[in-house]
Amino acid sequence: MPASGLIGSRIRERRTGLGLRQSALARAVGISPAYLNLIEHNRRRIGGRLLVALARELEVEPSALTEGAEAALLAELRTAATGLPEAAAESDLAEEFAGRFPGWAALVAAQQRRIEALEQTVAALTDRLTHDPQLAASMHEVLSVVTAIRATASILAEGTEVDPEWQARFHRNLHEDSRRLAESAQALVEYLDSAGEEGGQVGVTLPQEELEQWLQARGFHVAELEGEEALSPQELVAREPALNRARTTASLAAGWLARYREDARRLPLERLRGALRRLGYAPDALARELGCDLPLVFRRLASLPEPSEAARPGLVSCDASGTLTFRKPVDGFPLPRYGAACPLWPLYQALARPMQPVRALVEQPGRTPRRFLCFALAVPAGPVSFEQVPLFASTMLILPEELAPEDPAAPLLPVGASCRICPRGDCAARREPSILTDGF
Amino acid sequence: MGKRVLLIEDEPNITEAIRFLLSREGYQVDTHTDGSTALEAVAARRPDMVILDVMLPNKSGYDILRELRADEATARLPVLMLTARGQRRDREMAERFGASRFMTKPFSNSEMLGSVRELLGS
Repeated sequence: MPASGLIGSRIRERRTGLGLRQSALARAVGISPAYLNLIEHNRRRIGGRLLVALARELEVEPSALTEGAEAALLAELRTAATGLPEAAAESDLAEEFAGRFPGWAALVAAQQRRIEALEQTVAALTDRLTHDPQLAASMHEVLSVVTAIRATASILAEGTEVDPEWQARFHRNLHEDSRRLAESAQALVEYLDSAGEEGGQVGVTLPQEELEQWLQARGFHVAELEGEEALSPQELVAREPALNRARTTASLAAGWLARYREDARRLPLERLRGALRRLGYAPDALARELGCDLPLVFRRLASLPEPSEAARPGLVSCDASGTLTFRKPVDGFPLPRYGAACPLWPLYQALARPMQPVRALVEQPGRTPRRFLCFALAVPAGPVSFEQVPLFASTMLILPEELAPEDPAAPLLPVGASCRICPRGDCAARREPSILTDGF
Repeated sequence: MGKRVLLIEDEPNITEAIRFLLSREGYQVDTHTDGSTALEAVAARRPDMVILDVMLPNKSGYDILRELRADEATARLPVLMLTARGQRRDREMAERFGASRFMTKPFSNSEMLGSVRELLGS
């Protein structure tokens, strides 16, 4: 989806919120209802005078319609600029560029995304060649047989006298080995063929991304796994081409969906909704009332079916290395696609204080800083035993301000997305220079 | 004449070819296939040199080499390492653990003979 695509959705959301008819709004700003419909479905880009007119009719600041989209676009432009410093892109002029040439800016951003995806593919393929055990085993088999054939064949070909008994033995060995070589070469070719096919599909998007895209399309709510008549996760994966095209994605999805199914069984939608009406978005109170653990409540709150995007909480998880293992994005809270995020996030604080709930009012920088109430907790990732040190995994629920209850006790925590695109100067957690501080 | 070579390699047809090749040159060749008992085989046969494959069942050739070098009795025993992967990392590992020579599969018979002759000083 193009970055500015969100503008249309916001216009529609705001208009329906005001109870305005599409035709009435179109008339008020002097365009056809059909054209407004295209805009609202993000099929036409808008800006300038029309945007201002629409904002006036919708009684909001024009920036309220563009802000999030623009910030995402600018972040991508700046990432693109850092990626190729020798091009000396004027990163302080990124906003002006995006404003004056939105189409070109979107193209740069889209190419940046493509480059990142391709770099990931290259890394994945290199990884596969170096570490793939099946490939290594096949190569070893081929080389061993070739070695045997070469050594045996050259004994026979040298022309020196070899007694008939040995000669017969070597011929037999050669015959045996050549057949083995044919088989292992065939197996290797088949393997490389299938890896190639898979790579074409999967390499571009990682399995985790494929799953997240699939979830994104359904608002992170999987109706098929809710309630008494729920499908089994395997059935669902088998039904969805987007999930079963690649073996890696299928197994990741099956695992994730199995937990979703289990979560839905432990905390049915209606029970959660009932408690939510009484208690609001207070995960600890909900957990107490419902007799559930916090991470379960986090996950279920993030999988509620909500018609409006603004009312959807975000969710991130990471493993003990800090690698993000799951991302449900929320507008205004950028979640880096690759690489590490901001170490100040409560997600990581929780990882450093396992089993202790962490809550903070998190502020993301921007022209208009956005605040989110975040709740995080790190718990052992699997069953614990006395034999093994537990591995912790952390989960964080991100509530947009609209959803968050008043919580004056929550400490205010200025954070960022990731260092490269974070404007905060003088930050103890900084691990690499920002491209923005130079620009400002 | 009669110097003893212990060949530790699990691929029977490679073993057979090398055994033939070296025997014809007058060496006495013993063979062994299992990684986990390789050190015992060295102690029992007391060879003048060892040809050691890296990928052996049950124990890696590198581990065997390291233990041979740690033992006073075999610290200076000539060892020719064979590997199916010619990567720089493998070569470096072999050198670090004290391999006398390193050879990448598939090798030629004359390379093999040349290395053995050189290591045995004959």
